Amino acid sequence: MIIEWSVKALVIILTLTAGFAYTTLYERKLLARMQVRIGPNRAGPAGLLQPIADAVKLIFKEELIPAKADRFIFILAPIITVIPALIITAVVPWGRSITLFGREIPLYLADVNVGVLYIMAITSISVYGITLAGWSSNNKYATLGGVRATAQMISYELALGFAMIAPVMMASSMRMIDIVEGQKTMWYAVLQPVAFVIYFAASLAEINRAPFDMPEAEQELVAGYHTEYSSMKFATFFMAEYIKMIAIAMIGSSLFLGGYLGPFVDQVPILGPIYLAIKVVAWLFVTIWIRATLPRIRYDRLMQLGWKVLFPVALLNVLVTAIVVVLIG
Amino acid sequence: MLVEYIPLLIIFLLAFFVALVVQGLGAGFGPRRPTERKGQPYESGMVPYGPGTRRISVRYYLVAVLFILFDIEAIFILPWAVVYRDLGVSGLVLMIVFIFILEAAFVYAWKKGALEWE
Repeated sequence: MIIEWSVKALVIILTLTAGFAYTTLYERKLLARMQVRIGPNRAGPAGLLQPIADAVKLIFKEELIPAKADRFIFILAPIITVIPALIITAVVPWGRSITLFGREIPLYLADVNVGVLYIMAITSISVYGITLAGWSSNNKYATLGGVRATAQMISYELALGFAMIAPVMMASSMRMIDIVEGQKTMWYAVLQPVAFVIYFAASLAEINRAPFDMPEAEQELVAGYHTEYSSMKFATFFMAEYIKMIAIAMIGSSLFLGGYLGPFVDQVPILGPIYLAIKVVAWLFVTIWIRATLPRIRYDRLMQLGWKVLFPVALLNVLVTAIVVVLIG
Repeated sequence: MLVEYIPLLIIFLLAFFVALVVQGLGAGFGPRRPTERKGQPYESGMVPYGPGTRRISVRYYLVAVLFILFDIEAIFILPWAVVYRDLGVSGLVLMIVFIFILEAAFVYAWKKGALEWE
């Protein structure tokens, strides 16, 4: 059992890390195409080795720690940020069971009955890493970026949390597998369109993506909370950001878009991870498309959108769902 | 029961290990030639002045307090969302009362201008 779990955990972490490397390339290529450029095409065929070249470059760069920085917290902050990103998808099922080497192997790591709660709890932890990174750098841009990121992430976490309650109510379970299996007849994105839209908007703010990329507004804050980070420490923050992007897409696909479900998945269970991957890639495409299309919104408008629009509407959506289900059945 | 959580512990340890390895790669292979100039905080090329960390606007603390209030509300709603079909109308009425009391606080904060951002 322990070996099986370890192998699965390793597969998840390796998939996310490789996924991170190629999401950066995917984003650069897509943005280039949308701006009528070609994008990275020098390293390897069609630029496919670009992420490896980037990683090698970052490894051999000098690592700077500012003289007046709080050294311990400065080193700890990237680690606190990247661990939640790596473990958040542990509860997302990749499919049903497959038979491999004569053994029945379920395609999920942990089937805990508090899946959604686990996701909400782990998402909150990465906020600490960002706050500490901003504060420990002893840099004005980093401090401002850090508090901005914290305020934005905790504000949108409310809307995100209430949007995630809607699928839980539909499935009457917090177990991710029950939620995915509950979408056999109809995706929850169709039954809960309001919750789906709120989840999508709030998740963009939660992972600091455009048009909510205030914490990293280059024109006013240089690079926000990771201004003073260089070399692999910068790469760690970058990795956390992109892995969170993938994680949000995986969770969103499982909660609203039917996760691993698709045609013929009953007969051929190995199709499950493929369907999930297709949905994640499509989700990432929309995320990048939005970055190429929309300008950044002003900070006060951003906070007002979170508190005055998304949060009340998400709460109202939960109440209306409850009333409709209890009274009509 | 608790055995379901062992995989989560395993993946946590593995993620911790990966994070340490990534940090070690940078520290092990990169050059390290610190100078006084390099150790200064980055301020777009200007000579840095004043303390690096200043007092943070009180608005951010207000957001944090409001967040705690409503995040706890979400945690109370989550178990109810799992069993609300069995609880029926009585559970629904109780939850509406609970949400109504909390939303009164939300409306008060809104009217007081706690959500405005200058």
